[in-house]
Amino acid sequence: MMNSSGVAVLARGLTVVRGERTVLRGLDFTVLSGRITGLLGPSGCGKSTLMRAVVGTQAKVTGTLEILGRPAGAAELRSRIGYVTQAPSVYDDLTVRQNLEYFASVLLPGRGSRDARRAYVTRAIEDVDLASHADSLAGRLSGGQRSRVSLAVALLGTPEVLVLDEPTVGLDPVLRRDLWDLFHRLADERGATILVSSHVMDEAERCHRLLLMRDGRILAEDEPDDLRIRTRSETVEQAFLHLVDQADALQEDAR
Amino acid sequence: MSTARTLATAARVLRQLGHDPRSIALMILVPCVMLFLLRFVFDGSPQTFDSIGASLLGIFPLITMFLVTSIATLRERASGTLERLLAMPLGKADLIAGYALAFGLVAVVQSLLATSLALWGLGLDITGSAWLLLLVALLDALLGTALGLFVSAFAASEFQAVQFMPAVIFPQLLLCGLFTPRETMQPALEAISDVLPMSYAVDAMNEVLRHPDVTGDFVRDILVVAACALFVLALGAATLRRRTA
Repeated sequence: MMNSSGVAVLARGLTVVRGERTVLRGLDFTVLSGRITGLLGPSGCGKSTLMRAVVGTQAKVTGTLEILGRPAGAAELRSRIGYVTQAPSVYDDLTVRQNLEYFASVLLPGRGSRDARRAYVTRAIEDVDLASHADSLAGRLSGGQRSRVSLAVALLGTPEVLVLDEPTVGLDPVLRRDLWDLFHRLADERGATILVSSHVMDEAERCHRLLLMRDGRILAEDEPDDLRIRTRSETVEQAFLHLVDQADALQEDAR
Repeated sequence: MSTARTLATAARVLRQLGHDPRSIALMILVPCVMLFLLRFVFDGSPQTFDSIGASLLGIFPLITMFLVTSIATLRERASGTLERLLAMPLGKADLIAGYALAFGLVAVVQSLLATSLALWGLGLDITGSAWLLLLVALLDALLGTALGLFVSAFAASEFQAVQFMPAVIFPQLLLCGLFTPRETMQPALEAISDVLPMSYAVDAMNEVLRHPDVTGDFVRDILVVAACALFVLALGAATLRRRTA
């Protein structure tokens, strides 16, 4: 594994305001290079906003947020980060291959790179197991297939950091397992740093490290095993509930 | 700005259109059918057909490209592909130029067909060169693309985007001199028509209709249309934000 001890994402006092609401409240966390970091928490706790801040598409971000040693949103990061939004963002009126060819030519433009682009497109289609649907229109695919096309776009060009917003939501168990196997291959073989969000706690067991979030704050930042031992829980879900109760009790005491 | 990315974007927009043959047929054929209709509406007065027909050759590409661009860019915003593209190494100018190029090509085909039909099929009688008609039609298409791109930023749905057509295009249509010469309008309206770009598009068409050579007024008119198109394109670019709330 490449530079597994390095820090890919560093946040200090990360705060995001959307409208009147403070969605992220002074977060401190790190995401380690070459590892799969799970961002877990209930819907609406700020996971997507945190991911958008990392990718550099979120407005009104204050505090420190560095990705690969550069401030979030820096132009040179745009080809080094792969991003998958919660809703699949692909062109429904293009085929799977045409979608990938276009995004590949944005990443790697010019005639000279034609062979490299073709190789990237072929590999991305194989990565997400859509070779049999490569020439189908994206709009004709099932929801799960479309979200895999969206994931394939993010894999083009071998990005160093992958930010995946609920990539397995709504998928059947077999596909979910296959995707998690893919994430581990990407981390182990291509040295990718993966930040993946989920509101399903049982997916936590498949991550190297976890960021547990609630209501715009980080509850815990730890490895799944250490988290369970520390909270004397059997599962990450129980650990999460334990930490929530603890935080609520602290708040009660403070009043 | 990168030429390769602009060309890739234009090719992608055309590929999307390629999967939608019905839209292509509508864009290309509707102007021809309208001209055909118009020819026989003014069956008794060929001079009226000459003047209105020439103006419409400039107005059709503007309206078509306005509609197509506003819906296409609205879809791009709504589907999340715009956010994805702006998180990738794509310049805003690449995206806008890509759209302008793709729809400009469609406009060339549309204008070629409509102009040929009007001149040789329906007997539209112009004094100037047909190439100048085509040039004006192209600039109008560019203006339509620019306006469509700009208003799509203010539309939350395709329903709203379509409603912008009457709001942005109809007043220009009424005031551009198509129905009555601009200098015979109520002075306040004439002043307004002086600052609307479509007025210059129609004036330019009328110059070609009446004069055998390129006149100074014609040059001024097409420069105004081109400058407006570029200005609105720049405004449109400003509505594309890499960071959103």
